Amino acid sequence: MRNWITTLALLIAVLPVVHAETDAEKGLAIMTEADNRDKGWQDSSADMLMILRNRQGKESQREIRVKNLEVNGDGDKGLTVFNTPRDIKGTAFLTYSHSLVPDEQWLYLPAVKRVKRISSKNKSGPFMGSEFAFEDISSFEIPKYSYLFLRDEVLDGQACFVLEMQPQYKHSGYTKSTVWIDKQEYRIQRIDFYDRKNALLKIQRFADYNQYLGQYWRAHTMTMENQQNGKSTTLKWSNFVFRKGLTDKDFEKNDLKRQR
Amino acid sequence: MILNDKDKFSVIIRFVLAASLLMSPHLHAGEWSGYSAVEYRYFQHQSFFSEPDQHELSTILAPEYYHQWADGQQSIIIAPFLRIDSDDAERTHADLREARWLITDDDWELQIGVGKVFWGVTESQHLVDVINQTDLVENSDTEDKLGQPMINLSLFQDWGTVDLFILPYFRERTFAGKEGRLRSQLVVDTDKADYESAAKQHHVDVAIRWSHTLGDWDIGVSHFYGTNREPLLQLNQQGSRLIPFYEVMNQTGLDVQQTTESWLWKLELIRRETSSDTFTALTGGFEYTFYGVFDSDIDIGLIAEYLWDDRDNELATPFENDLLIGTRLAWNDEPSTELLLGVIQDLDSSDAAWNMEASRRVGDRWKLSVEGRFFSVDTPTNALFQVRDDDYVQLELARYF
Repeated sequence: MRNWITTLALLIAVLPVVHAETDAEKGLAIMTEADNRDKGWQDSSADMLMILRNRQGKESQREIRVKNLEVNGDGDKGLTVFNTPRDIKGTAFLTYSHSLVPDEQWLYLPAVKRVKRISSKNKSGPFMGSEFAFEDISSFEIPKYSYLFLRDEVLDGQACFVLEMQPQYKHSGYTKSTVWIDKQEYRIQRIDFYDRKNALLKIQRFADYNQYLGQYWRAHTMTMENQQNGKSTTLKWSNFVFRKGLTDKDFEKNDLKRQR
Repeated sequence: MILNDKDKFSVIIRFVLAASLLMSPHLHAGEWSGYSAVEYRYFQHQSFFSEPDQHELSTILAPEYYHQWADGQQSIIIAPFLRIDSDDAERTHADLREARWLITDDDWELQIGVGKVFWGVTESQHLVDVINQTDLVENSDTEDKLGQPMINLSLFQDWGTVDLFILPYFRERTFAGKEGRLRSQLVVDTDKADYESAAKQHHVDVAIRWSHTLGDWDIGVSHFYGTNREPLLQLNQQGSRLIPFYEVMNQTGLDVQQTTESWLWKLELIRRETSSDTFTALTGGFEYTFYGVFDSDIDIGLIAEYLWDDRDNELATPFENDLLIGTRLAWNDEPSTELLLGVIQDLDSSDAAWNMEASRRVGDRWKLSVEGRFFSVDTPTNALFQVRDDDYVQLELARYF
């Protein structure tokens, strides 16, 4: 009996090698590995400088402060506060993200001291007039997409897996995206987004990766280039702090009012 | 209160004093923000009265000082406000919008000083929102509020948030003066305000509110005991002026919003008891948003709210059986262009009030706003009848710092 179990266990262990792993299984396995490597960071906060560039190259900036709380088995919680432009200083967003059911979102308007519950259906809409949609900056969860391994490819000198991802949540602005993940550290290097007509819409590039707590990689520069309207947005990240001891209590409606 | 030039000067002096106190060196650790603005109003018609004219120019200064310490667990905000108006001495006014000290912990928060609190969910009117007095000379839409002295303790529990308020001092509502537009036929004499309570402005008001989120539902239940923010306006003995009379009231309020996909369903309900009247009022409706219409980034929201009040006295409220139909457009572009259009239609007559608000950022620090209010009121008993010829368009250019 014991032998039989050992044999079975061995069989299962070598099964992926023996039977030809499908591209879907391989895609999911790669993304699961990337996701697993990014588990356990608990909480983080960082400053974001958002640089919007129009087709003529004219720039405008927003300074944003972001806090996140890792939620096991569900989407993360996030708090976003604007420092500039000055007319919206103190405006704050609270998001409880979920994999497939709609996110919960609240918006705080400091001029009238009003906390408004807002609809989270607007996944494909632009975040603060930028080329990033709400869905581009929301928390990544495995069940949100289906995966397909496409090929191995060298991107900017790095050996990468190339996957195709299709959103499984409702109201996405994309039919699919193509994702480059480096084989060494499983970090996303580039995403090509395809619009609802399946035409290339945007290219997002990730650069200046730094590692935190000896494990967690964070890109400090993200650039989103819209291929259809010629506009682009760069996010410059700084002042990452992890495991500050933030809890659910720091991500409540009441906290929106005291953000700065 | 009709301000003469001397009074106007004293308002400005008080503001400058408050501002210079803020500038004192021991406050250098914090940060300054705020805005200043120039506002121009053009009234479409001549006033019924001889004094006000069709053009009104205003300047606004609204700085804000913020300082936090103890890792953000304690903070102070000081936010004075000043408006200087070309015509209306009552609209020229200074206020301390906020001057409060905030202490926070995991399970509670204590706010002491002058503060501003908003309760509610609806757009057309804010029945439940009773902590702060309306600064009516700022805008007839009653969205602007005066700073309210308060001690506010918030307790955060798994079953919701409980807010307790002690409000030791009462602020009188502001009203347009003799030279101002959007005034009643008889000017409201705010210097002669009278109170039901012998303690007058020093009546200590109290309030409690429970609020919670349960899935798609955001719920608030509140009770207020204290001086009614809405005065009764009574004729003086000579019959030449209106005197505000502030009663003591008990008001219980409920506000609920359900948020699902594109729908926001909203309800506000109040029961108010004063010695002169007891009534029920509600506002209920929805906001539905079409996101990214016609493959653009533009969102179009449709708003419908029903306004109801069981008071027989039509002069008490213009909204006893009315319907708001509105639309909110957001371009979601770099300058955050927005437009809000709405009409409140009286369902018992042809009376209606139209409203338009639009704004757009210019560069990083400027913002241009346009506002229009148009009254189509023919029923003399409608509370808006007195301002029926005060249709106006307003332009405001603000610089944020």
